[in-house]
Order: sequence, then C-alpha cells, then structure tokens
Amino acid sequence: MPGVSDQGNPNDRVGEASNSSERQAALRAEQAGGEQPSSVQAPSGRPVLSVRDATKAFGAVHALQGVSIDLYGGEVHGVVGENGAGKSTLVKIFGGVHPPDSGTLVDADGHPLVLTGPASARDAGIAIIFQEPTLFPDISVAENVFIARQPQRRGRRIDHRSMQRQTRALFERLGVPLDPDRVARGLSIAEQQIVEIGKALSFDAKVVVMDEPTAALSATEVARLFGVVASLREDGVAVVFISHRLEEVFAICQRVTVLRDGRRVLSQPVAGLSAGDLVRAMVGRDIAARVHEQHAPGAAVLRVAELSRAGIFENISFDVHAGEVVALAGLVGAGRSEVARAAFGIDDYDSGSVHVGERRLAKGVPIDAMRAGVAMVPEDRRQQGLVMDMSIEDNIALASLRALTRHGLLVSSVERKFATDWAARLQVKYSAITNAATSLSGGNQQKVVLAKWLSREPAVIIVDEPTRGIDIATKAEVHRLLVELSRNGVAVLMISSELPEVLAVADRILVMREGRLVAELSHEEASEEKIMAAATGQAHLPAPVAAGPA
Amino acid sequence: MSAPAVPPPDGELASPRRLVDVVLRARTFGIIAVLAVLVLVAGLIQSRFVGGGEIRFILSQTSLYALVAVGEAMVILTRNVDLSVGSVVGLSAYVSANMFGTHHGISIVLVFLVGLGVGLACGIVTGAITAVGRVPSLVVTLAMLYIIRGIDTIIVGSGVVLASTEPNSFLNIPQDTLVGIPDLALAVAVVVAIAAYYLNTFRSGRDLYAIGSDPDAARRAGIPIAKRVFTAFVISGALSGVAGVVWAAQYATIESTAANGLELQIIAAVVVGGVAIFGGSGSVVGAALGALLLQTINSALNVIGISSIWTEAISGLLLITAITLDRGIQLRLAAALRKRRVRLGA
Repeated sequence: MPGVSDQGNPNDRVGEASNSSERQAALRAEQAGGEQPSSVQAPSGRPVLSVRDATKAFGAVHALQGVSIDLYGGEVHGVVGENGAGKSTLVKIFGGVHPPDSGTLVDADGHPLVLTGPASARDAGIAIIFQEPTLFPDISVAENVFIARQPQRRGRRIDHRSMQRQTRALFERLGVPLDPDRVARGLSIAEQQIVEIGKALSFDAKVVVMDEPTAALSATEVARLFGVVASLREDGVAVVFISHRLEEVFAICQRVTVLRDGRRVLSQPVAGLSAGDLVRAMVGRDIAARVHEQHAPGAAVLRVAELSRAGIFENISFDVHAGEVVALAGLVGAGRSEVARAAFGIDDYDSGSVHVGERRLAKGVPIDAMRAGVAMVPEDRRQQGLVMDMSIEDNIALASLRALTRHGLLVSSVERKFATDWAARLQVKYSAITNAATSLSGGNQQKVVLAKWLSREPAVIIVDEPTRGIDIATKAEVHRLLVELSRNGVAVLMISSELPEVLAVADRILVMREGRLVAELSHEEASEEKIMAAATGQAHLPAPVAAGPA
Repeated sequence: MSAPAVPPPDGELASPRRLVDVVLRARTFGIIAVLAVLVLVAGLIQSRFVGGGEIRFILSQTSLYALVAVGEAMVILTRNVDLSVGSVVGLSAYVSANMFGTHHGISIVLVFLVGLGVGLACGIVTGAITAVGRVPSLVVTLAMLYIIRGIDTIIVGSGVVLASTEPNSFLNIPQDTLVGIPDLALAVAVVVAIAAYYLNTFRSGRDLYAIGSDPDAARRAGIPIAKRVFTAFVISGALSGVAGVVWAAQYATIESTAANGLELQIIAAVVVGGVAIFGGSGSVVGAALGALLLQTINSALNVIGISSIWTEAISGLLLITAITLDRGIQLRLAAALRKRRVRLGA
C-alpha cells in the first residue's frame, strides 16, 4: 500500500514501457472516429483549455498570482511545486470549487469559461481525480460511474444491463479488470481512482486533472495508472498531472509547469530539462532569517526505535534530545504525521518502540504519553487542537483540568487566572478570554493550542505544522517560542512542510520519503536543495535522471 | 519524444469477488434463517404455532408494521429518521374511523383515502421543514411526534371511537383472506414489491441510497437532495396514514393514545431488517422481513407461554444483537480488506 513500496529506479519503468505501443494502437482502433492529436510532439493548434492570469487569495495568503497555463489535447502536463506552492488552488479553479479572484479560464474556442461549481466543470468537460476519491461506498461500481446519469430505457427505468455493459467497456478501454457489480466499499485508493477516471470518460471529459494521484499508490498501481494515463492521451484528452515525484513527471509528462509561492516560475516541454532544473526552480527563493544559534543539547529524551506500520512507515528510528529542536521534513504524504501520531499513541503501530527517558510508552494509549510528559499539538487545530465553540479560557485549561481542581471540583477563579497567565505568556491577542475560540485569528488560535499544552510543562512537545495558515509576524513568534522552549530543556519535535521554517528553527533535520527516513542533516549542512532532493528521491539517483524524454 | 507508458499488470486487481456483496446478502438470509429457527423451535414446543390460524394471525398483524416500516426504511436510507410515524398512525386511525360515525354509509375506500390524506399532510409538513428548512430530521420529527399527538388529543378529547359505529365489513378486513392468505398481507406485499422496484429501477430511487451513502458526494454529483428527502418523508407519511386506517380496522376502539410508541418498534424492525441506521444500504424487503421477525417473536413467546412482560425486553435484546453483529462484521471486513491491500501493494 501507499508510500512504503519502493518506487525504485525510474529506469525500470522506462524499460517496461516499450511494448505499450501495440496496446495503444488497439485502443486507437477501438476509438470510433475520435479526434486524434496530430502528433505526440508538442501539439500544434489551440489549447483545449487555458488559464489566463489567474490570481486567488485566501485572506492575506496569495495562493496564486497571475498564473497562466495552456493545456493541449493528447498531452500530459505536469505541475510540480513545494507544499503550498498553489497546486491545490489551481486544481480547485479547474474544478469550479473556487473561482479565481481575477483572470479567466478560456475554452477551446477562445471563449471565456465561467465555472459555478463542480457540476458546471463537469458540463464543461473537466474532470478532477482527487488523491483520495469519494465514491459512494454502499452502491455498485457501475452505479458510481453513472450516478444521477444512469442509462434509461422505456418509462425512465434504469437500464441496469446497459449500465453494466458500458462500465465494463470503460474499464476495458482503460485496460483494468474491475467488476462493475461490486460495491465501492473496500476498493483500494488506486481502484477508486480508476472508477473516477471511468466516470470522466463516461461524460467525454476533454480535460482530466489528477491531483497527486500517485501519493497513496504502490509501485505496481502507479504503473497501471500510467497505462491508463497513456490511453487517455491517445484518446486526445488533456491530462494535468500533479505530483511531488519528479521521476514520474519525467516518465509520463510532455510539458511541465513549476509553481513557487503561487507564481509560475517555469512552463516548458519536459525534453531538455533535468531533475536538478526542476528542484532549483521549486526552491529558489529568499531564505528567511535564521533564528538559530549554536548550543549543546542534553540527553536523549524521546527515543523512537525501529517503528513500523505496514503500508504507512517503516523502520523509523530517531532520538530527540533535551534542549533540541528536531524537524521532520518531507513531502505531504511521506508519513511524518503518521509517525508522530504513532509515537504519541493516537495510532497503532506494528513493531518497534517509543521511550521517554527510561519509560517505554504503551502502544496506542495517548494518556500514557501525556503522563510521561509528552504533549502533541496536532496539524489541524480546528478539528483536533481546539474545541472551537468553547471559550479561550476553557480551551487553555482543558489539558490541565486535574491540576486546577480543589477537592475534585473545578474552581472557575483558579481556571481564569491560569488561562489568563498562559494567554499573556504566549501573547495571545483576544478581546475577552470568555469569547469562543472561533473569535480568534488563525495565529492566535495556534497560540491557544500551544498554551494548552505548554501549561502542562511537558518534557517533550511534538508540533505538527505549527505555523500553517498563520501570518508572518505570528509565525516568527511561534518560531521564537519553539527555540526558547528547547533552550529551557524541552525536547521539541517539529513536523513542517515549510523549508524556511525548518532551516530557521531546527537543530537537526530528518527527512522522510515514502514512509522511510532517508536523510539526516545537521543545521549547518542543511539547505533547501538538499532537503528537497532527499524528499523527492533525487538524492539517490544518478543525475541527470535517465527517464527524461529522448 | 518517448512517452513511457507501462501496460497494466493484469490480474492483481481481482478483488475478493464481491466479498462485500456476499456479506450484505447474508444479512437478509440471516433474518430468514433466524425466522426459520424461531418457527421451528416454537413449533416443536407448541405445535399450534405452525398451524394456519396462527400464521395467518402473524401475517395479518405484521402487515401494519411492514407498511409503516417501508416508509421508514426509505427515510432512513437517506440518513434521516422519522419519529412521527406513531403519531401519524394514531391521528389517521381516529380521523378515519370517526368518519363512519359522522358520515353514515360512507364507503370504505373513501375512508382509506381520508387516512391517506391525513398521512400525506403530515408527511408534507415534516418533509418541508426537514428538507427545505435543513433542520435535522431527528429534531423535526421528534417535535412532529408531539405536535401530531397533541392535535390528536385535542380532536379526540376524552372521546373514543367505538366498534359499534364501524361497519362489520370494515372490522372484518384483518380477517379477510384470499386463498388462505390474509388480504392485508397480500396488499402490503404488493406495496413492498412496488417500493423495492422503485428503489432499484428509477434514478430518484437510487438517489436515496447515494444521499445516505455520502451526502456531500451526492451534492457534488448534482443530486437534488432536498427534493429526494422531501419525497421520502411524504411517502413515509402517506404509508403511515394508510396504516392508521388498518389500525382502526384491527383494534376497532380508537382512543387518543392509539399507536403510542409505535415509531420505536418500526425503527427496530427496519434496523433488524438490515437497513443501516446511518443510511446508504439496506432494502425495503429487509425492513418488511424485520417487521415479520419481531412480530413472530412476539407471537412465539406468547404461544410458548412466556409472559408478555418479557417480549419488549427480548425485542430490545434482539435489536442490540443485530446491530452489534452488523458492526462487528463491518469492522472485520474493513480490517480484512486493509490487510489484503497491504499485501498486494507492498
């Protein structure tokens, strides 16, 4: 399953690919007079869909700034970029989920295209394949493909036989044996994606956007998906392929666009580009001022040894010392949060151990980790970090209630003082401490979550994406706070997808890729390029990558 | 430019062929198996139980429950619930039976139409508030339970419809048979068959499953959720209205407390019958079988000579067993499928 499987050397994939032309010819013959791309070469003629100068902001965050992309039929267009570069926003613009603030979509005839929602995107011939599709689990695969559009016979009755036959034909066209009659529950993510692609074909999609489709697939599943993408291309469909894995971009894309901080920094045919070119384009930006200063860490406090969970992460070992900030870097989906959750006891693991000091933590029991002095600030503060409808005061006190009771009863004046003190220490900006957490800005919400856990005075604190979606000033405060904590002897494990943050705060950087620890870098030797290279698997490959187009 | 595409490796998609389907189907078989065992055991203890009279009695009694259960099942399929069915049955029973007293010689068909009308009106109100007003159905139908019961009490007051005002042809309906099978059971079987056909064969019927399976995905697929949920409530109301007339024929004497608490028995029948309480899966045939099972248990306990005091507790126990078993199977299944995927993927 996801992640763990060895993606291996892209050369393998190229080797296997040679005999695909025969199959593609067969597919083409099957196509009843469909429009064929004039050639596989950079297509001439008009793009089937273009984005012109799209800009989109969420609050103060500029997710996209003046991005233009042309999609051509019969071409696979790769979109790469770091986490937060704007890839997902681009997908949402294609899918009609978010209209751009400015800029337009332009259809094949050069007319502007206004998408008002997912249904209108579908009507415009655009299909989005999400990383984890949402099928209806209780109904059959065939019906999932045709839901609300089932073929009908006389009396508007559903023609089950025709639906089944058409679904079978779709899957045959994609070269995938899937039983149309089985219910969708229990399908693997790879199979669910195939069903979604089948759905896209069933309404003659001209553009298929795949949002990191391979992130959760095994090597064999990726190979099968590539076969499907190739047959889409043969049918003249324009495919947008969003991926973190550069070797995949080189394996199936004809054109690639690199986004960085919401801007397009590169858009050209893949031919002639090297993996190094892409990595440089992805990370080349100003590096934030380093908060870091030299010092000597204490004894190992959190010790994770040979931790494995089938299909999620494998053989993860590392220590976090007192007075040290260790960053767990890597791409989204590399298994970083999963390791942290397992170490804290939220998730189960198959083998390995987690120690705090001399004490071995019980598997799957977060309370045990908390008693041992571990605190965890989760990734999604709205869902997991805060009770949004409860007051700031109650949220801060929530993890320390036992300490605040007198004779078993909670004394509100004690709780008030406690919460006010901690809010002041973390400089939370609020109008009244009895207001609901929803009244705070994202940055201040994050501080409340931190206050909640810091007030327990933990020996180890695990923070997952501590500054996601918060403004720059508060970000810097959180960074200072983390460093300060470590200097006071706390062991800090930080998961972060933001490289400048990792470089600014961490004493040591562990890089994960597809469920494995692939690199350990000291603060001194770390650079954005090195981290990205390790996270995308380029570190182990002979450069330039051999899979480049001939 | 080479576009390396890898031919999909064949064969490894071969999923455990319809493992999930098998389990789902097993749910319906499970009810039938339990029914069979129950009838056999009860029959061995008391041979009267397997006689024609007793079976006819059970079928006739089940009819009313099955009728309401079909409507309830359609609502539950959409991840909603209708708690007002008991009150609708009660109100409809009084209003329709009262027609015989106020309009002498009124035709029985017209009385059934009156009951249907009462049910439709209730269903339209409930459905509109739930679907259009987007208020959780649990709250709306709980309120409707009390409101409709309240209206019933106001209309009836301390009054009562007595059997003497109702024509014998009406009161005999539960006993009428065609080739030895109660007319009511046949009629309800037809209703169940129509509902099952509708749910399987029309887009609007399939939409109910999609809505209950994943409401967000249903919205994305362009399914008119409000319209479908509204329709489900109207059907549930209408069937409850008709069931109210059946109730009147069966019990003859109607007070304002008629069918009090019926909704919980109906929901129990639907869930025992394999309709998932959070929607998306199950069938009206299962719901009707669930009603039959609960009714058979009642009768079996009675015939064997176990005090009726025990029946409710045993019904409750059965409900918990059914749900726990169902949940256990689901978890096992999920775990099995996850393991399998790990093995394949790695």
